[in-house]
Amino acid sequence: MRFLSLVFVNLRRHKLRALIGVAGISFGVAAMLTILAIVNGAIGMFERILAVDSHYLVFERNVSDLFFSSVTEEQVAALRKLPQVALAQPLLFGIVSSPGHPIVTCFGLEADNPRLVKAKWRAGRPQDFGRIPDGIWLGARAAEFLAATAGQKISIGRGEFTVAGVFSTENGFEDGGVFLPLPAAQAFFHREGLASIVAIQLRDETSGAAFAAAVHAAHPGLIALENREFNQSYTQFQILHFTAWAVGICAFLLGGLGVANTMLLSVFSRIREIAVLRVCGFSSAQVIALIFGEAAAIALAGLIVGFALGGVALAALGHAPQFQGYVQAIISPVMVSGIIVTALFTAVAGAIYPARFAATIQPAEALRYE
Amino acid sequence: MSEASGREDDVGGVPSPRRDAAAPGGGTRPTGEPRVLISGRDLHKTYDDGRVRVLDGVSLEVRAGEVVALWGASGSGKSTLLHLLGGLDVADAGELTVCGLDPRNETHRLELRRRHLGFVFQLHNLIPDLTVEENLRVPALAVGAGAAATQARVRELAQSVGLDHRLSHRIQDISGGERQRAAICRALMNSPRLLLADEPTGSLDEVTGDTVFGLLRQLAKERGVTVVLATHERRFAEQCDRQLRVRQGRIEGS
Repeated sequence: MRFLSLVFVNLRRHKLRALIGVAGISFGVAAMLTILAIVNGAIGMFERILAVDSHYLVFERNVSDLFFSSVTEEQVAALRKLPQVALAQPLLFGIVSSPGHPIVTCFGLEADNPRLVKAKWRAGRPQDFGRIPDGIWLGARAAEFLAATAGQKISIGRGEFTVAGVFSTENGFEDGGVFLPLPAAQAFFHREGLASIVAIQLRDETSGAAFAAAVHAAHPGLIALENREFNQSYTQFQILHFTAWAVGICAFLLGGLGVANTMLLSVFSRIREIAVLRVCGFSSAQVIALIFGEAAAIALAGLIVGFALGGVALAALGHAPQFQGYVQAIISPVMVSGIIVTALFTAVAGAIYPARFAATIQPAEALRYE
Repeated sequence: MSEASGREDDVGGVPSPRRDAAAPGGGTRPTGEPRVLISGRDLHKTYDDGRVRVLDGVSLEVRAGEVVALWGASGSGKSTLLHLLGGLDVADAGELTVCGLDPRNETHRLELRRRHLGFVFQLHNLIPDLTVEENLRVPALAVGAGAAATQARVRELAQSVGLDHRLSHRIQDISGGERQRAAICRALMNSPRLLLADEPTGSLDEVTGDTVFGLLRQLAKERGVTVVLATHERRFAEQCDRQLRVRQGRIEGS
């Protein structure tokens, strides 16, 4: 395999062409990394909202989005009576608007919700949650972009509320939202007596199957999923994942075309040279290996540069004022492996035609006519 | 090598000229060198779907150790004949054996190029942007020769043609004569038994051409390499052991 040392010699000789190929792959890698990490981060944030002090999530069966799920007060009460249940926290999700901010997530929750105790309170007190008339509680980032402080009145939808407290959590998604006591949220969204989901904490984690079966038996319109099951099956997450991979792969296809173009140019401009290699004893397989080797080397360089670019982009987005606290990128080993495999596959696929062409070059013809 | 050696035995052998001990590609030459290294019978070659007849029943024999000139005008078919001998092209008809191997067979052709043949072209065909040393290493890379042996061979060959001070120079930074000398070194890298040279002096001025031709002949004799040289210059043909006059796709007198 020593002949593969020619790979690096060839790349060195055609720096600009090699750099164009590297750029194509690296942009694909950076795009895929950024998109997937942000989507994973967003999903992760949403998962953490749902999973605070809970083992199971109960919501309406067959809804396309949790915002459309309805669990009645009676059902919540019935869930609380199940022997496996230690704590049941109903949550209502809604979207509200404020001048200049058309979409703000609103969480309706009960005063004893554990996330209120766990939060870092910058203004107000957790024990006052739900006790202040027309009070609204803001996540730290929401307070920033709404330019609101405790005691100030703010317009949310058609209503006016007094900021009763500001707190931050470890979750950027929650930090960008507003919080209302559950009855107030139900009234605001005209969903009296309803919750979107119920987060269930079990007395004994091993009793999950019995709990899910009990829910199914007593409430066929509801579904109880373990947090892990929910994350894997929730349609919105699946759509987000699929979209992210699709966009990333499209970026790679462009990168792959770049590599194909680079390799094709490289082969076409070296027809005589490849003929000379054949004359010097290189086999077709060695010529093919050279071309694939060059493509793989370009892909490897593209991966390194792409991961670096993607890392810089994620860091920059994380610090951008517009995204302050909201972009919490998550890079998983599966994602990194997927990107590496996709980059190598794209580059190698892009080199198939050039390699085949190079292998069929007839030395006599190439030397005679060129 | 075993397959090739077996075939060579079939051809019959005479005591072999010495093989270069420093050769990186294979090291040992068969003890029996075939008396006839090239045997071609009634070779035909046409191009453009038979409309252009380039070789028209060429027969030739070249014995081990000979320096043979294929002499003729441009377009007479000598380069095509050389390409057939080197397995760069395949005859439409006729029988050809080179170093006991059949150039029509892909495996034999590869074996020929790797172990038995060296090519020198009119336009040197060195790889631009590479250094002289890197160019010389190419045939050794093809056969997977060891680094130390390759290094020693490069030094030895470069020294023998006076290029040792140019090894780190890129091809575009050396003169035409030096390029052709480098091309000769590359052709000899794997210690071939047969050197095919296609107008090796054709792109050089008279003095440099004489030098390169003299060098080629000297190296061939010193190393026991058989040479088939295509040239349109009579003065070079006359200095060879034997001349084969190529005219209109035929060898005169064959």
